[in-house]
Amino acid sequence: MLDRLTFPQPWLSLSLFLIWQFLSEGVSGGSVVLGLVLAWAIPQMTQGFWPERPSLLKWWRMPGYLVHVLRDIVVASFDVAALILSARQPRSAFVVYPLELTDPLAITVLAGTISLTPGTVTVDVSDDHKSLLIHALDAETDEEVIHSIRNRYERRLLEMFE
Amino acid sequence: MIIVALYLTIAMVTLAALLNVYRLIKGPNATDRVLALDTLYINAIALIILLSVTLGTRMYLEAALLIAVMGFVGTVAMAKYLKRGSVIE
Amino acid sequence: MMHPVAEYAISALLLIGGAFTLVGAIGLARLPDFFSRLHGPTKATTLGVGAIMLSSVIYFSASGEGIGVSEILVTVFLFITAPVSANILAKAAMHIDVPPAEGTRGKPWEQ
Repeated sequence: MLDRLTFPQPWLSLSLFLIWQFLSEGVSGGSVVLGLVLAWAIPQMTQGFWPERPSLLKWWRMPGYLVHVLRDIVVASFDVAALILSARQPRSAFVVYPLELTDPLAITVLAGTISLTPGTVTVDVSDDHKSLLIHALDAETDEEVIHSIRNRYERRLLEMFE
Repeated sequence: MIIVALYLTIAMVTLAALLNVYRLIKGPNATDRVLALDTLYINAIALIILLSVTLGTRMYLEAALLIAVMGFVGTVAMAKYLKRGSVIE
Repeated sequence: MMHPVAEYAISALLLIGGAFTLVGAIGLARLPDFFSRLHGPTKATTLGVGAIMLSSVIYFSASGEGIGVSEILVTVFLFITAPVSANILAKAAMHIDVPPAEGTRGKPWEQ
């Protein structure tokens, strides 16, 4: 009975509360109360979909990672734009990326990052969660793609999550 | 100066929407059409923001938020339908 | 009257955003196969809308109406959902066997 009264996903609750404050025009007593109720009720109701607690150990590294990714998104978009506007055929490829991460949340973050950055989109995660299938828009070799993802993103995520 | 930039941007986004409609009609696969619809709703969000800057009012931004949420849910539902043959199992 | 620096910034961001949105749509229209077409909208269009959104934030705060949070929320939401829709569409395409373009190295796996 008592665990009905807790916040099983503190980070989810916090973001729900903050988003509710932003959505309601101006912070007032009513919006704070309703925000607290939502921050408690929604994680409780969706508890069945989140069997494990996410293990974000070094969360203070997250803002640095986001800035790093945001910069890469801007650079990536210029690359993709140049490729789209040039006349040559892109050399696209499917690349199997062997994962070093094991945490499901970390794999999700990595997959999202890959989709938003230079010339790569995550197509699928293998059933055993050991590799990702990536579609690269324009790549000379598979190793190049794997190497750049490993160095730019997975290392940082490994430090953050494990 | 802002007004010139605004009109140019509206022209560009409208052209983009027309290109999306071309892909929506041409296909050739169902996933291409869903992708075109997905891009189309993002362009609709851009047009709404441009409209609200042109008119100098914030009222339309709530609509942009709604389209963002509904468009995403729609895309996921259609992709799931293509994959599984049903949306809710 | 708006500060001239703000005016330049808003105009530049608007044009950049419009250009990226257009490039994303051109990519969607002219790239050869579905998996390549996926790249245009997920990157260029998301960034384009982000730039337009940023210009709107600057516009409304420069004209003294305070910082708009709903624009920022829409942008954050788009940046979170773009990879998710791309991923689920790619999975659907793999499932219904959309053929990759001629000359694509590697192939989608079966499982």
